[in-house]
Amino acid sequence: MKNILELHDVSMVYGSVTALRNITLSIRRGEWTAIMGSSGSGKTTLMNIVGCMNKPTHGTVILDGEKISRLNTKDLTAIRRDKIGLIFQEFHLISYLTAVENVMIAQYYHSMADEEEALQALERVGLGHRAGHLPRQLSGGEQQRLCIARALINHPKLILADEPTGNLDESNQAAVLDIFHQLHGEGSTIIVVTHSPEVAEHAERIVQLEFGRMVRDGAPARSMVA
Amino acid sequence: MNRKTMYAKMVFYSMLRRRSRLALALTAVIIGATVVLGMGAVYFDIPRQMGREFRSYGANLVLVPSGDNAVLSPGELRQAEELLPKDKLVGMAPLRYETLYYNKQGLTAVGVDMDAARKTGPYRQVHGTWPAADNQVLVGTDIAENARLYAGTSIVLEAVPPRGRRIKKEFTVSGILRTGGPEDAFVLMPARALEALLGSPGRADAVEVSLAAESGEITRLAEQIRKEVPGIAPRPVKRIMHSEATVLNKLQVLVCLVTAVVLLLTMVCVGTGMMTVVMERRKEIGLKKALGAENRSIIGEFAGEGAVLACAGALLGSCTGYVFAQVVSMSVFGREVSLPVFLVGLTLCASLLVTLAASFFPVSRAAEVEPATALRGE
Repeated sequence: MKNILELHDVSMVYGSVTALRNITLSIRRGEWTAIMGSSGSGKTTLMNIVGCMNKPTHGTVILDGEKISRLNTKDLTAIRRDKIGLIFQEFHLISYLTAVENVMIAQYYHSMADEEEALQALERVGLGHRAGHLPRQLSGGEQQRLCIARALINHPKLILADEPTGNLDESNQAAVLDIFHQLHGEGSTIIVVTHSPEVAEHAERIVQLEFGRMVRDGAPARSMVA
Repeated sequence: MNRKTMYAKMVFYSMLRRRSRLALALTAVIIGATVVLGMGAVYFDIPRQMGREFRSYGANLVLVPSGDNAVLSPGELRQAEELLPKDKLVGMAPLRYETLYYNKQGLTAVGVDMDAARKTGPYRQVHGTWPAADNQVLVGTDIAENARLYAGTSIVLEAVPPRGRRIKKEFTVSGILRTGGPEDAFVLMPARALEALLGSPGRADAVEVSLAAESGEITRLAEQIRKEVPGIAPRPVKRIMHSEATVLNKLQVLVCLVTAVVLLLTMVCVGTGMMTVVMERRKEIGLKKALGAENRSIIGEFAGEGAVLACAGALLGSCTGYVFAQVVSMSVFGREVSLPVFLVGLTLCASLLVTLAASFFPVSRAAEVEPATALRGE
């Protein structure tokens, strides 16, 4: 199957507010897509639907060949656990667990905690020497890299990153984007939700949302990155 | 690392590294456990303590001859004595009632072993001293007032044996007896002295028995004696037994009520503490669910924390509860309380039950957390 994700005529309505209107979108396996838009454009709503944390009020979502738009909460949890790696702007690390334990917790909920594998994941993002540190002892960039290691540990089919560089300075932003480039090079499918054109330009495809509608879907203008 | 180790690690570190958050709940469990163990120890020790207190009100079982028998047979008396539990037998005093004369006026003389009479009747107040020799007697206060007798004076008592001559003997009044009952009109004298006047050694008309036992047990013993020793009619002293049972019952109900109220308050405190913890950790719960944790995993983790909290609280509360029980017992009964080992287990079970019941609502709320909402901080 060529596409990992397909959205057909997806809408999301909260009371009288329509957060998403008739979105139809396909994401190919191995593709790096940026979803852009200003606040209130519906990009977080879209991410929550794709990330199996919300169900659309209308339309169909197919992830890795499985129709997820009408699954119950328990099945959505299982899909999220098995197929999606989540990266958050605010990192969302567990304060009382060390770096390696924060990675292992994702393994724990998935199948079996494996400290050796968790340490390898930390090495991969350059945090091997910080394995025993608590999140508060890590810098913002290190915390985000830890978040990436946690997202990758269960070999997800889709990596979903919500404003992954939103809380980072330039050097840490570059480090995180380098990791995304590595992952993309290895064939990972990445969806990055961002309001930053600089971050979006690293993707091979940009989807622009405005007031819940998809207003642009195309390749970035590479000249902007330079 | 297997799942159990990771689970234990999460529960342990969550509590250890956030201990200030759980301090209130832990304090509440410690207080609850202290009261359960302390009051439990008092509850189970009350019958023993109150039994001792009530023994000062006199015998709670009287053995008298049954049917047409006029006196108790020594053989049957020994048989009945063997049926009484030695560890609970406070005292046993055979009594012999006879009529003696003082200035040609008849009066009731009671022959008794004085040491035994002191054990079975601590309520007997003596102004003077108890008889220390066979020529000394106690005179009831009514007789003493009428005859103007007092400790140290002499009294000549006359006996009329069934066969033989009248015998007169002079005794020294060692003390005046005051009981507030019929004995105020009696003369209490050593059994040997009465036997010397009237013969028939070892004769007993009744036996006072004081047992440190509950009314139910005394009734059962009386029934057993009635069946196995036909010549003896045991009579539980119902007035004392009922008073003892009533006071015991009221005290035990009071202890239960106090314990129940404290446990209820503990439940409220633990529930509030756990609710605060759940609210503070909404994002963490949301994250865990976003990572794929199922509701049962979230419930299991919080229940684990609740169980650890209960065990730690029960352990610490058992230590403070023991001290609490001693303080209560010393101040109320003036004696140390004994601590049955099963109470520690009971305290642990009560702590677990209260903590898990109190955690039920907060943990249910934790399981309902929606990851997308919680991660947005809403």
